[in-house]
Amino acid sequence: MKPFDYVEIRVPAKPQYVSVARLTISGLANRVGFTYDEIEDLKIAASEAITNAVQHAYTEDEDCEVVIGCALYEAKMEIMVADHGKSFDFEETKAKVGPYNELEEISFLREGGLGLYLIETLMDEVKVHQQEGVTVFMTKHVGVEQVDGNVEHISS
Amino acid sequence: MNISVELHQKEPLIINGIIKGEIDAFTAPILREKLAEIDIKENLQVIIDLTDVSYMDSTGLGVFVGFYKSINASNSHMELIGLSSRLKRLFDITGLGEIMDIQASSGEVKIDETV
Repeated sequence: MKPFDYVEIRVPAKPQYVSVARLTISGLANRVGFTYDEIEDLKIAASEAITNAVQHAYTEDEDCEVVIGCALYEAKMEIMVADHGKSFDFEETKAKVGPYNELEEISFLREGGLGLYLIETLMDEVKVHQQEGVTVFMTKHVGVEQVDGNVEHISS
Repeated sequence: MNISVELHQKEPLIINGIIKGEIDAFTAPILREKLAEIDIKENLQVIIDLTDVSYMDSTGLGVFVGFYKSINASNSHMELIGLSSRLKRLFDITGLGEIMDIQASSGEVKIDETV
């Protein structure tokens, strides 16, 4: 048996579907058991990656799709966002993504400004793979505080 | 998901704005367009209420940064009020909270029941 449940979301690479994907991810994160604030962090981080993918895909092919793979573990969620519209083998692609060099190939991801910065800040781990488009891989654990805890947690 | 943007000019140099809904990749261009309608004169005060903004990401921050720049260039002032703790945090972790005039909502933490 796989150690995680896997959910894949495919949406047209259009801005109006970012919120649809975000809502789904919010629901999945709720299943994993994240707190209210953690879910809000996940929503922002995932939206940033999907927005990047939508904007990147837009310049190349209007019929493109964004594929979002979500792996739900006991107390962890992994989200993989690919802008090339092709389904991926989650484990295989996960093995390919690696840490990236701040200064090099990733500069285009920073064009939008704060998007990648927010993903880095709000998630525990971020990796990027660039081949046939861009794949962003991010992980968040339940109960690991990212930014200092001025924000009060609301238990549900 | 939708956004509503209302702008009211009560006095010649004061504009009150109310934004409701979600600010993301889809709605940010709508907000940008609406803010671009403001005729920015010297010493203009623009106060924007974000109390009913339930979600915002970098696309929204980008719109406010752009608007803040044109406001500043005209010797005018922009104030964002009614920020939830979530929104306040977004401005703070990006460092924009120190640059812009932002006011957190006075009340308790707003909980989005739709999560």
